[in-house]
Amino acid sequence: MTTPELVSSGPVIPVPHRVSAIRRETRDTFTVDLRPPDGLPVESFAPGQFNMLYAFGIGEAAISISGDPGRRGFVTHTVREVGAVTTWLGRLGAGADVGVRGPFGRGWPVAEAAGRDVVLIAGGIGFAPLRSLIYELLAHRDLYGRIGLLYGARTPGDVLFRGELEEWSKSGWVDVHVSVDRATESWRGHVGVVTTLLRNLVFDPAETIAFVCGPEIMMRFAAAELLRCEVAPGAIHVALERNMQCGIGLCGHCQIGPAFVCRDGPVFSYDVVEPWLAVEEL
Amino acid sequence: MVDAAALEALPSLLRARGYRVVGPVERGGAIVLDELASWDDLPRGTTVELGPGAYRLRKRPDEALFGYVVGPQSAKTWLHPPAVLEFRAERSRGRVTVVAEPADPSPVALVGLRPCDLAAIRVHDHVLGDGPVADPRYRSHRGAAFLIVVDCAEPAATCFCASMGTGPSATGGFDLALNELLDEDGHRFVIEAATDAGAEVLGALATRPVPLDDEVRVEAAHERARMAMGRRLDPGRARDVLRNAVESPAWSEVGDACLGCANCTMVCPTCFCTTVEDVTDLTGDHAERWRRWDSCFTFQFSRLSSGPVRTSTAARYRHWLRHKLETWHEQFGESGCVGCGRCITWCPVGIDLTEEVARLESATPESGDVA
Repeated sequence: MTTPELVSSGPVIPVPHRVSAIRRETRDTFTVDLRPPDGLPVESFAPGQFNMLYAFGIGEAAISISGDPGRRGFVTHTVREVGAVTTWLGRLGAGADVGVRGPFGRGWPVAEAAGRDVVLIAGGIGFAPLRSLIYELLAHRDLYGRIGLLYGARTPGDVLFRGELEEWSKSGWVDVHVSVDRATESWRGHVGVVTTLLRNLVFDPAETIAFVCGPEIMMRFAAAELLRCEVAPGAIHVALERNMQCGIGLCGHCQIGPAFVCRDGPVFSYDVVEPWLAVEEL
Repeated sequence: MVDAAALEALPSLLRARGYRVVGPVERGGAIVLDELASWDDLPRGTTVELGPGAYRLRKRPDEALFGYVVGPQSAKTWLHPPAVLEFRAERSRGRVTVVAEPADPSPVALVGLRPCDLAAIRVHDHVLGDGPVADPRYRSHRGAAFLIVVDCAEPAATCFCASMGTGPSATGGFDLALNELLDEDGHRFVIEAATDAGAEVLGALATRPVPLDDEVRVEAAHERARMAMGRRLDPGRARDVLRNAVESPAWSEVGDACLGCANCTMVCPTCFCTTVEDVTDLTGDHAERWRRWDSCFTFQFSRLSSGPVRTSTAARYRHWLRHKLETWHEQFGESGCVGCGRCITWCPVGIDLTEEVARLESATPESGDVA
């Protein structure tokens, strides 16, 4: 048996964490709380950062942190089952071990939001890293102007974090608008692409910062809409998804233009990435 | 100055100092880098004929020991190895332990590197050795390595180090530098040390002062080599060409020719990309993670759950060439190419990056240069 002292916790070696809770969010998405080994603190993180989660002997996946940065004791990830590693993770129960490396990358520039209106646009699983940001914003709610959240899901059954959406909306802390691509019988909300919800939000474009996370095409349309509303390109921040493997800018897989997304991102200001996203297959 | 016969002591001197001695040896019709049991293992009287997609060994009329230029391998194989065990993990009664595999501590002496190889090591120092997060394995191999460079007198048709400013003679970054001279005055080497470790080994060899004539001969050989470069590429110009050519139609032409085989990235002395492979034994309770060289030419390199970002070969070639010659400057303040020509030689269809840059330049209208 290896003693904990002998286990390196460098950026390339996963540290086994224990699943303290796992709950299903939707048919293909779950949220898992991971507790570090006894004696090790939870790595503090910035909203928008990610961890590499190691499925024993199977592989690793880059997963954004979706939990409250203010909560200590465990780190929370919301994961969509799309491959071998994430499917393996979804089948775990409380008490299982999961390797964790991280946190990696640059998160949302929260400090820049002080004194401004905040527009959050989330698509699908892209809501996960924005939830973490919302917790951070609400911890100091009086620092910010209006906070609006636009969230698009594929179907009503895919809507994540319903409890939080209701709580934030009811409390008046966040102006929440949800849209789905395809409605079902009981859906009474908006149907259509999430960017069409922007007209429902009240914000001062000159004093607004926007945080956008979702499929790349959705982020480009969202940014275009925000620009049309005269939000400055440098005030729009997007989180890019690329194939992140090492997390420290050494393996090359996540490169886009001159950036390694794992190290220089995943959050970028839109004026930086706009020319990159405009080129197909870059 | 050291006579060729006296230099035969070098491998044993290095081994006595704890180094594994690696140098050029002839194997399977090519000159590869492998363990040198003795000085006799060097490819004596051999040269190479290189061209796009062409590598042929030829007999030389003389007994030169380093009468050939670069083979498919470079220092990368030893300082940033193709396969590395990162860690072992065990699962026992549901509990997982992960144990980092220590870096291989055995120091290596690399004999017969070329100036372009040293330039590539400097590039890797910036990428892997002193980035925001360094690769500890690279640093440990690199820190322990003893580097012996041989200046080039007879560049190949695929060489363009002179235009890249990386050769044909080494100006630093070595422990020992050799210049081979072989004429009526005998077979001998002008030898120079640039480090304390190099000076210490040099002190153990039977040396004599360098005659002025030989100094002149070495200089003349460098000058002849500069003139004899088969190709040229201006790194600043190449960067500007690529900046303006992102959406050039010329990419689809090279994309049609390129097989996406990844040879160029494997032989490139600066390409550093890796992937990891997680494996278990049959019980499923003992796992290992291996880090292996990877290539941006593979279809899966940029994969996301929705599929790869770069599905076309043209996009993958563009990614590689732009990184090497353009975005590398932004990331690391220099070109990612050292002018060794390996990617030209080992491309099965003979794609030549210097020609591709020229083609992109002529196919792309200049932006910002309008008078």
